[in-house]
Amino acid sequence: MINKQNYTIERSSVELTKEDFVSDQMVKWCPGCGSHAILSSVANVFPKLGYRKENIMMVSGIGCSSRFPYYVNTYGIHGIHGRAAAISSGVKIANPHLSVWMATGDGDSLAIGGNHFIHTIRRNIDINIVLFNNQIYGLTKGQYSPTTPMGSVTKTSPQGTIEHPFNPGELVLGAQGTFFARSPDSNPRLMTEIMFEAAKHDGTSIIEILENCVIFADRTHDAVTNKENRDDRQIILRNGDPMLFGKNKDKGIRLNGTRLEVITIGQNGMTEDDVLVHDMYEQDPGLHLMLAKMSYPHFPVAMGVIRAAIYPTYDDMVEEQITYAKQTSKIRSVDDLLNSGDTWEIN
Amino acid sequence: MPLKINFLKIMLKTNSNVIQREAVVVKFVGDSGDGMQLTGTLFSDTAALAGLDLATFPDYPAEIRAPHNTIAGVSGFQVHVGAKKIETTGDLCDVLVAMNPASLKSNLKWAKPGATIIVDQDSFEEASYKKAGYTVNPLEDGSLSSYNLVKAPITSFTRGVLKEKGIDNKTADKSKNMFALGIMYHLFGWSFKGTYEFFDKKFKNKPTVIESNKTVLEAGYSYADTVEALASVYQVGKAAIPPGRYRNITGNVATAWGFLAAAERSGRPIFLGSYPITPATEILIELAKYKSLGAKVFQAEDEIAGICSAIGASYTGSLALTTTSGPGLSLKSEAIGLAVMTELPLVIVDVQRGGPSTGLPTKSEQSDLYQALFGRNGECPAVVVAASTSANCFYFAYMAAKIAMEHMTPVILLTDGYLGNGSQLFRIPKAADLPAIHPPLAKPNDPDYQPYRRDPETLVRKWALPGTEGLRHRIGGLEKEDGIGNISTDPLNHQKMVDLRDAKVQKVADYIPLQEVAGEKEGDLLVVSWGGTLGAVQEAVEIMQAKGEKVSHAHFSYIMPLPKNTAEVLSGFKKILVCELNSGQFVNYLKMKHHGYNYMQYNKVQGLPFTVNELTQVLTQIQEEK
Repeated sequence: MINKQNYTIERSSVELTKEDFVSDQMVKWCPGCGSHAILSSVANVFPKLGYRKENIMMVSGIGCSSRFPYYVNTYGIHGIHGRAAAISSGVKIANPHLSVWMATGDGDSLAIGGNHFIHTIRRNIDINIVLFNNQIYGLTKGQYSPTTPMGSVTKTSPQGTIEHPFNPGELVLGAQGTFFARSPDSNPRLMTEIMFEAAKHDGTSIIEILENCVIFADRTHDAVTNKENRDDRQIILRNGDPMLFGKNKDKGIRLNGTRLEVITIGQNGMTEDDVLVHDMYEQDPGLHLMLAKMSYPHFPVAMGVIRAAIYPTYDDMVEEQITYAKQTSKIRSVDDLLNSGDTWEIN
Repeated sequence: MPLKINFLKIMLKTNSNVIQREAVVVKFVGDSGDGMQLTGTLFSDTAALAGLDLATFPDYPAEIRAPHNTIAGVSGFQVHVGAKKIETTGDLCDVLVAMNPASLKSNLKWAKPGATIIVDQDSFEEASYKKAGYTVNPLEDGSLSSYNLVKAPITSFTRGVLKEKGIDNKTADKSKNMFALGIMYHLFGWSFKGTYEFFDKKFKNKPTVIESNKTVLEAGYSYADTVEALASVYQVGKAAIPPGRYRNITGNVATAWGFLAAAERSGRPIFLGSYPITPATEILIELAKYKSLGAKVFQAEDEIAGICSAIGASYTGSLALTTTSGPGLSLKSEAIGLAVMTELPLVIVDVQRGGPSTGLPTKSEQSDLYQALFGRNGECPAVVVAASTSANCFYFAYMAAKIAMEHMTPVILLTDGYLGNGSQLFRIPKAADLPAIHPPLAKPNDPDYQPYRRDPETLVRKWALPGTEGLRHRIGGLEKEDGIGNISTDPLNHQKMVDLRDAKVQKVADYIPLQEVAGEKEGDLLVVSWGGTLGAVQEAVEIMQAKGEKVSHAHFSYIMPLPKNTAEVLSGFKKILVCELNSGQFVNYLKMKHHGYNYMQYNKVQGLPFTVNELTQVLTQIQEEK
């Protein structure tokens, strides 16, 4: 259960289960779509939060991911393309007693909604954003997105894309993000774990899910996520643990000068002491940025909570300003307002 | 100090040439840095304290500080004061106060024939009058001989009186405008009291500034008096204003306050999501001041985030607002569609300016009416309401909020730059006297609750707020099944929902006032206007009526839906002349809704308001043609 510092969200008096959040709507994603696993993780996490089910709110934009609100039984808005972060901001500011969750995709938040995405992050409004990154536009049937790897052949790039893709983690940290976590859709345990961590975090939390689109970008994350190689090509970061990975946990990440480096324990005199220890609460984003940027084949891709730095949230500060103004202002009612300043009587 | 004022007042009374006037229009013009807005404001406040009715309009450039002494940098403030009800800010001015050559050059066309023109003669140096586009000094070449020209040494006298107090010229020049104001107070025989109080409050911790402003103000007054610079002085009696407590208010402030009142009366918290844009920004600035009334004001990253955050806030139960001008309304179009589809209350304020595109940001027009009515994809009806005076922006903001919440619909409130920046006397209401607002909140655990179950009378759905037990539901931009609210692509359901959304908005007509007609219900000519042109059209019609012409006036404030008796009103007249500051948007809307009448139109798209004079000429011509 979560214990937030300020403006607590009301607790449920009864223990909730996954069933409390199942909606009666038929889930219409393609069979094999990664979204099914994300939905299941969300439904697993919601009862664990300990909040009243009426205090959870789901917001989305447009795209395959954005059908999400219909599939969980909470209050919800299915918005318009790219604007989910702006809608969520309004929801959270207007009612800070809600646990606000947003489902979005790489097109919705990194292309058409890029502006709202970065400014929401910059303000650190307490919203949990699940970013379904399948590196393709699915709902419009297979055009490249801002995260599609350069050179990919898609319907709108028959000769391969000539755009440099975003790394969402880099974008989030560049926008002064306070929380960034990543998981493949094939690791439900890790997804549930980082969603819970995101909910605990006061501020905008970005949860990037490396999602597979079976129809238009099948196996797009395969090099990193396939069973065969995943232990060598992913590193699951956990706060306070040394950054070790590999089937035998014999590889690690160390800082060599100003750059990260993959080392093998026992080779070239390297020991576990040379390996970095993860501190997700570190305020300085420098190392978190380097970790978020690690990519195959030179590095393992970082999974888990990469950054969870503590900063004041916009929504808390709004409440503080209002509380202060109510205590100090002479204008307590509209009648006070109307009669404030220069007024005069005409008889 | 008070002794001196009394003394001056006595001196004033000895002045033999006193002109009695029912109303006077004064325009203060100068360089952007000359403080004309403040001068005009202080002048109006003093007029109000003297018991006159008034209307003001600031006329400032889009640039913050355009190059010194250029036409582009001229800033103006027009004030219309009177012993009668003041409906407009006045066509042409009786008194023009010009602080530099550029301001004289660009504003002489707004002076009445024979007007009093007060200039700072010190500013008419060769370099500056040439910069303004004059080849010879206009004060010396006889070109102003038909005016009552007062060449006042404003800069040198101001520097002179302040030099005695050890103040340097550069600092002294900042008080030049007070010298001009002093001359005006002499011209009208008004007291310094209100202005002194302003100085005392504004510069509380700067006694030198207070003293120098007072000194210069008095110096201007004494100058006018002792050198008998003015051929005559005005005497404007007190206006017959209904008794009550009054204040001066601009349309944008009145709009903000109307919303605060609606929030308080409805018991709903207030949320504004907005992005700065001329000339609407003052509403955002104003609401940001009132956190003590719980106002949550979110300055968004763009216009779209402004409205989308408001939609989010509306879903949670706030009186949700977004404020903008024409270009911003374009950006908000898609989101207004979302509010129509989700049937959430939302007020969108469009303080109209000259368009299209960036257009004339600091000028006024009524050219966003089509956009408000039709500027969205799909069949997308929203309520459209228009304020008609700076002061009644308060009332129409209140009514827009009331309609939005009670009818669960977006409402577009149209004002304009002229109303928004202009000011008027405002009779202060009591919040308790404003009409009650009853938002249709769903009750916890209501077994019958469905997102799109409607009140059979109003067709309004319930507002079910997150956090309420037993009402969890999802809404969104996809078409929904009537009642239950699940996604539906059923053809007949879509037809039904399109019809229901339209019928719901049309039903608002049952809850708004009937259209009034000023004058006879039948006659030769009905003059129709809407929005911010009320004052000028009303005054022109009154002039015609006084001449015995069978001319009546219908001014529309409720545009969509139109009042229920609109056809009845139109049917009483042989001709219907629709006057508006666009190319004919309302007349075409009327033709569409109520065809078969003899419509005529008078339009102007110059970024300027109608003058009473031009309208009177148009009406006279039409009456002569009959």
